[in-house]
Amino acid sequence: MLTKRIIPCLDIKDGRTVKGTNFVNLRDAGDPVELGAIYAAEGADELVFLDITATVDERKTLIELVRRVAHAVNIPFTVGGGISSVADVSALLNAGADKVSINSSAVRNPGLINELALEFGSQCIIVAIDTRYVSGEHIVHTHGGRKATELRTLAWAKEVEERGAGEILLTSMDTDGTKAGFALELTAAVSSAANIPVIASGGAGTMAHFTEVFTTGKADAGLAASIFHFKEIGIPDLKQYLAGEGIPMRLTN
Amino acid sequence: MTVIIKYNAGNVQSVMYALERIGASYTLTDDETTIRSADKVIFPGVGEASTAMAYLRERGLDKLIPSLKQPVLGTCVGMQLMCRHSEENDTTCMGIFDIDVRRFPAAAGKVPHTGWNSLHSLRGPLTEGIPPEAYVYFVHSYAADVCPDTTAVCDYGRPFSAMLQKDNFYAAQFHAEISGNVGQLILENFLTL
Repeated sequence: MLTKRIIPCLDIKDGRTVKGTNFVNLRDAGDPVELGAIYAAEGADELVFLDITATVDERKTLIELVRRVAHAVNIPFTVGGGISSVADVSALLNAGADKVSINSSAVRNPGLINELALEFGSQCIIVAIDTRYVSGEHIVHTHGGRKATELRTLAWAKEVEERGAGEILLTSMDTDGTKAGFALELTAAVSSAANIPVIASGGAGTMAHFTEVFTTGKADAGLAASIFHFKEIGIPDLKQYLAGEGIPMRLTN
Repeated sequence: MTVIIKYNAGNVQSVMYALERIGASYTLTDDETTIRSADKVIFPGVGEASTAMAYLRERGLDKLIPSLKQPVLGTCVGMQLMCRHSEENDTTCMGIFDIDVRRFPAAAGKVPHTGWNSLHSLRGPLTEGIPPEAYVYFVHSYAADVCPDTTAVCDYGRPFSAMLQKDNFYAAQFHAEISGNVGQLILENFLTL
C-alpha cells in the first residue's frame, strides 16, 4: 500500500540548518548533512533542503552541500531556493538531488514549469506554493510569504499541474510557525483539485496534527522543520503513532 | 567491473552515489566494447520512453543491450524500455520481457505513483533477504503488467510488476538507489550475482 510520507525540511543558510518562526528570527539547528543522514536513518521518507539566502556566491556552497548529502543519504531528497533556470536545475540534479522545488520563479515565469518538466521529467519538479488568507481569499505569496501576488491558490495549483509539475509543496503562511496545526481545509481543497501529490507544510506542532492532515487534509505527505530539529517530536515515534491511527506508514525499525 | 550505461536519461548520478555507498567501483559509458566486457551492467532511467528509445537506436544500444550475456539490471524507465511496448507515446521497446507497459488510469489514484509502496510475491536472487511487504520508492506513471517473468509485485489501483527477471536480465520499476536499506540490499544482491 502506498504510504503517507513524513518529510523533515532543512532550511539552509551559509551551509547550516536554520528555522525561525514565521520566517524571521532564525535559530541554528546544526549541520544539514549530518542532520539529513540522522533523519534518513530514523525513517524519514524524504528530505527537503531549502536554501533561504540563495545568492550567486552561496550557489557553489549549495552545490557542494548537495553532493555531500547525496553521498550520505539513501532516500530521495529535494532542493529548493533561488532556482530560476534550466541551468540551475541541471546543476542541482547533476550534483545528486532527486528533485527540485521552484516557487517565485514559477510565479514570475509559469512557462518555466513546462520547460523543466519537458527537460527533466515531471517526477523531479515540485512547485512550492506559499499561500495566505487575505480578505476572504487564499492568495499565492512569494519572497518567503512577504509579497502577495494576483494568483488565487486553488487556480494556481491546477495550473502548475497542467504545466507539468510532479508535486505541490503547499505552505500556509497563516499556520507556518504557529504549531497550531496544518491548514486542513485549504490542503484538502488543493489535494482534491490536483491529481498530483500534495505535500502539506506549515503549522505542525503535535503528532495529532499529522493524523488530521492525512485524513481531513487529504495530504500525501506532511512536512515540518523545527519540531524535528529540536526533537520535540521524534520521527520513529511519530510514524509509530500514525500507524496506530490507521495511517499507512513505512516503518523501518 | 560494473558498467552504468550512459544515455540521455536522468538519475544516473543517484545510481553512482548508491554504488559508492556500498563500495562498488563502476564506469559510466556508452562504449560497446567496455559494456560487453563488464561483469555487471546497470541500465538506469528517468524520463520519457520514446525519446530514450530513439537515443538508444541512434547509438545501436537497442541491439547491444538484449544481446548481453552478463547480469543486466534495468531500473525505472530502463526497465520499461526492456519490455515489449510502452503506451508512453506509443513506443516500441527492446522486447527482452514479453510484456507491455501501460499508463495508470486516473482511478488508480494520483499519477505519477509517487512514494513508498510495499512489495509482495517476491522471488529470485535479487530479493534474497528482503522481507515481504518491504517498502521501496516509486515515481512513475507507467507500469508493466504482472507476467511469468514477474519477481516482485506492487499494487496501485492494479497489481503491476515491481521487478522482472528473465535469464540474465533483471529489472526494477522502483528506484533501488534511493530506497533506503531495502534498495541497498537489492543492489548488493545484484552486484554479488
